[in-house]
Parts: sequence; structure tokens; C-alpha cells
Amino acid sequence: MPIQVKRLLVVFAVFIGVMLGLKYFLTPESWREFGPYRGKALTEIADQEAKYVQMETCAMCHDSIADLKDQGLHISIQCEICHGPGYRHVEDENIDMVIPENSDFCMTCHAINAARSTSIIKQIDAIEHSEGEDCISCHNPHEPWL
Amino acid sequence: MAIKKENFSRRDFIKNSSMFAGGVVLVSLLNPLKVVYATKKPKGKGKWYGIAIDIEKCIGCANCARSCKAENGVPNEPFFFRNWVEQYTITNDDEVKVSSPNGGIDGFTQPVSDDEIYKTFFVPKMCNHCAISPCTQVCPVGASFESPEGIALVDKSYCIGCGYCVQACPYGCRYIDPAQGVADKCTLCYHRLEKDLDPACMMACPTGARIYGDLNDKTSELYLFIKENNCAVLKPQLNTKSKLYYKDLSQEVH
Repeated sequence: MPIQVKRLLVVFAVFIGVMLGLKYFLTPESWREFGPYRGKALTEIADQEAKYVQMETCAMCHDSIADLKDQGLHISIQCEICHGPGYRHVEDENIDMVIPENSDFCMTCHAINAARSTSIIKQIDAIEHSEGEDCISCHNPHEPWL
Repeated sequence: MAIKKENFSRRDFIKNSSMFAGGVVLVSLLNPLKVVYATKKPKGKGKWYGIAIDIEKCIGCANCARSCKAENGVPNEPFFFRNWVEQYTITNDDEVKVSSPNGGIDGFTQPVSDDEIYKTFFVPKMCNHCAISPCTQVCPVGASFESPEGIALVDKSYCIGCGYCVQACPYGCRYIDPAQGVADKCTLCYHRLEKDLDPACMMACPTGARIYGDLNDKTSELYLFIKENNCAVLKPQLNTKSKLYYKDLSQEVH
């Protein structure tokens, strides 16, 4: 074998050795546990705190309001859609939830829009209907009536 | 070791080149260089999440976008969304107008008068959680990946923030988190699914327009919904094997 080929083979061997060493030390733990990524990333993402606690948790204390709501047209609406995420309130009841009083909030669903199917949602022109008065001065959102 | 030209016959040439071609075919059959990686749908009982959206039921309230921002700490400024709602309005002159004021959070106002409208509808958009997702394939460091359940996720501590995936997503579902400088996207609320809670957007939908579930479970609500309704995915020609199905999708939507 010519000398230059031997030298080239040595260079190749050193290069491959260095790369294997680097791969050994730089590959993070749990790499390729499930695929070409850190398997631990899955548990890291799963460990995040859930901020919306869902209605079953609300009903553990506020059962009468939850019952009232479930008898009405707003049955499909979760408490936290209007009142905001409840994870802090669950731990400390002194932390208040949001109580939307402005009619603009009601109008995010109930404003007239041609793209909204009338069979799915009742729509109203707030100015024409109540001349700017807040919806909740007549309607109870937990027990809405038409 | 140079080849002596006078000894190189036509027979040798054909022999050598056919051997080379045969070798290439053999190696390609063994498939050792398969770089493109995609999580396979688990055989048997493993979960394989998918989503369906009923366009007719969507009322464009954008509670999905609002709750997603609150749940996942998405920056409140416009242009950072994991999900958002678009209103498509097709006029009588065949003009297609698409509006999405702050992802729908600011409320929709009809751009044209009612008698000019040919048809109009809302289209909620979010990560399609593609089975062959372009965004995970372009990641140079392996920070974007598909979980065994078929959810496209970002390993935020490993991401270098190059933004390749943001460009690669054909549905525009990724953004660079301005606080950490790394890519971020819809996780289908993976942290909530693991705690047996619904994803924030699914929970917040007042009309039940959004359905998620296990495509591997032939009795799941999602599986039956896709079976019983005429569902389509966005940009099927890109072969991303999207798992976000829209019921009665109009062809104007892209």
C-alpha cells in the first residue's frame, strides 16, 4: 500500500474516533428513547400546569349555580369561558375570578353576523335591542331567557 | 492504480457499469439512508390523536384563541397564535375576502353588506398535527418532533431558534416565542391530555364545533364523526397527512 494512502487512512481513523467521542459526550440523555429527539422533553411538556380546571371542579363548591346553568340554554358553556382560568382561585378563594359585565363580551357570540348560523346561536343587535344598556341588567347569564 | 486504457475493453466497461448500477439498486433496497423520520400510526391500542372541526357550528366567538393564549402563555400581541379564527366572505363577484382581526379575538365585523354576500363562514385554524409533518423534518437539531401519539411538539430547551420550522409549516401554525427566542406551537395541550383534561380550545368551544380524539379507536366520537360526515383536510396536495379534518370544507379555504 502506498505511503500516502496509509497516512490518509490514519487521518480518517482519527477523524472518525474524534466524531464518535464527540457524539458520546454531546448526545443528551434519553435521546432516541422514542425517536430522534429527547424522550424527556415529553415529560417536561406534560409537567406544565393546567390553568383551566373545568366545570366539574367549579361545581364542587358552586354546585347551585352549576345546576342552574345546566338547566338553561348555556348548558354547553364552561364556567371558565366567561370567568377566566380558575387554577389560582381553586388554591386561594380570595383570588377573584373575572366577572364580565360589559355587553361587548356577550356580543362576541351574540352579535349579528351572516356567517353565524341562526339555528346554532341567537343573535341580536345590541344597540337596537337595548339602546346600550348592559345585557346583564335584564338577563341572567346563568339562566338566559329569550 | 490508474486503469490502463489499452486493456479497458467494451466488455469490461459494460461489466463494471452494470455492477455499479446493481450495487446502487441493492443499497437503495436496503434503505440504510432513510433520513426522513415520521412517527408511524401505532398498531393495536396506542393513541393517535386527531382533530375535527365542524365549520357550520363555528360562530366565530374566538373563545378557542382566547383560552389557548391564557392556558399556554402565548404572547398577547397580535401575530402570536397557536390557534385563530378566520372569516371567509365570498361576494357575488367571486371575490374571496379573508379577515381575522387579532385572530378573531377583537371580534368580526362584516366587510361587505349582506346582499353582496354569496356565502360566508368561519374557519378556525390550528396546528394540523400532520403525520408527515414538514416542520419536524426540517429541524436541524431534533428539537421539533412528533410524539408517539402523533402530536407535533417542540423541545423548547433544545431548540436553537433558527426559525426553519416556522417557514416550513404550510399552515402557518408556528411562531418564534419572543421571550425565549425559540419556536413554539400548538401542543394539543399535551399537558392537559396527560392530566385527563380536554385541550383548552376544545373545552372553550361553546357550540361543540371542535372535536378531538383517538383515530385509532374505532368507537371514538372523532372516528365516527369523520366516518359519517364529508370531511377534508387543508392542502392535501402537499401530502402532509394532516390529522385536522374539516366538515364540509369549501374549496376557497387554503
